[in-house]
Amino acid sequence: MTTKKGIEVSIAIADAAKLARVEVIAAYPITPQTHIVEHLSEIVANGELEAQYINVESEHSAMSACCGASATGARTFTSTSAQGLELMHEILFIASGLRLPIVMATVNRALSSPLSIWGDQSDVMAARDSGWIMLFCENGQEAVDTTIMAFKIAEDRRVLLPIMVNLDGFSLSHVIEPISLPSQEDVDAFLPPYTPVYTLHPDKPVTMGAYGMPEIYTEAKFAQETALQNSKVVVDEVLDEFGKRFGRSYNAVEMYNCDETDFAFIALGSICENIKTAIDDLKSQGKEAGLVQLRLFRPFPKDDFLRAIEGKKRLAVIERAMPGGAAYGPLFNEIAALVHTNSFNITLENYICGLGGRDVQPDEFMNVFTSPQMGKNITVLGVRG
Amino acid sequence: MAKPMDQYKWHELSIGCVIEEVGNAREYKTGDWRSQKPVHDNTKCTRCSLCWLFCPDSAVYEIEGEYFDTNLDYCKGCGICAKECKPGAITMVEEER
Repeated sequence: MTTKKGIEVSIAIADAAKLARVEVIAAYPITPQTHIVEHLSEIVANGELEAQYINVESEHSAMSACCGASATGARTFTSTSAQGLELMHEILFIASGLRLPIVMATVNRALSSPLSIWGDQSDVMAARDSGWIMLFCENGQEAVDTTIMAFKIAEDRRVLLPIMVNLDGFSLSHVIEPISLPSQEDVDAFLPPYTPVYTLHPDKPVTMGAYGMPEIYTEAKFAQETALQNSKVVVDEVLDEFGKRFGRSYNAVEMYNCDETDFAFIALGSICENIKTAIDDLKSQGKEAGLVQLRLFRPFPKDDFLRAIEGKKRLAVIERAMPGGAAYGPLFNEIAALVHTNSFNITLENYICGLGGRDVQPDEFMNVFTSPQMGKNITVLGVRG
Repeated sequence: MAKPMDQYKWHELSIGCVIEEVGNAREYKTGDWRSQKPVHDNTKCTRCSLCWLFCPDSAVYEIEGEYFDTNLDYCKGCGICAKECKPGAITMVEEER
């Protein structure tokens, strides 16, 4: 058991990538992700990690370079935020279609305009269907552990898909937390070197990224989708093994105080800590609320989620992204579809909050519990009007 | 390819649709969306080889010691050869099939 030390979460994620012995890093700095790649560049420049650090001119190039690197069989890492994620958008689909196990720390930030460097989840929600496995972190320790686990999940021969490790900008990335970094020895025992199925090598030429004519495109995408859906099994296995080896257990869907109540919040990321505080405060007033936290968002952990909401009468879906003209927020739409197709009789409410770095205090979640806002519209918490 | 593409089932595809067999693109006759085809008139041809040089698909080939012709398995009918041919020895004609 290693001791905890106070460390900025971004720096700790860079250290986690180093512990994972990444071989290629191609990245372009963007707030609030900068400290991750900045620290990695120092680690590489100081000779502490035998890796290629590729300075690129944009995020589009960063993800393109990551695809090339991963295709050669190198363990590949990058990180981005907001506009950077959108600039790589085109290549995200190529990485997943080519089944390249790239790991990316996505430090979630609001999208311009208005220009904002602050946190919300509108960036990842715009990229949510890009065929990547997506995990959301609640705190710094989880971000470190998830970064290490991500390589093991991604590189499993049953998976071979890229993974986004999502963490909220500033409220996680720039916070100094007591974090326990595992030893190199323990990480090496958990995470063996990556042995790719196919590599780009002149000794055995292969074609990657060939043209898919109408006769084959559907089968190709079905194979990819099946791999993504089936990766849930491997995610569970890796979470389980990590828990046994390192003593910190995680689940794809996490429940907090759910047994006590027929009401639950549903949320992703660091806002879950505020919600838990609200739940504790409600408990002290003799009121019971629960939280169903999605640590895994892609593939959507349908079975685990349905088990978690069984018996619930009311769900409040909390999201840090605007629907962009959709009927409801992106998370709500999926949950509503699952609730409906499984014939649950549950009242659903959709709350948007924490946009562009707006603080959301536990009081606001306590208000959600006591004063439900439902109907055909979303409710934006704290909007002045 | 072990079999035609439209007979592959999804679970028979390699991971990421990687193609391990070298040079099998040759087996795909990519000239089937052409609407016009080039016709070479050797009485006008000066054997300057511009058609061979400009063909973006390398579908024009030289018949050793003679003139040039087009491999219609790969010609897309773009007409660049006809456009570049200075003596006007290549004509694009509508193709019916």
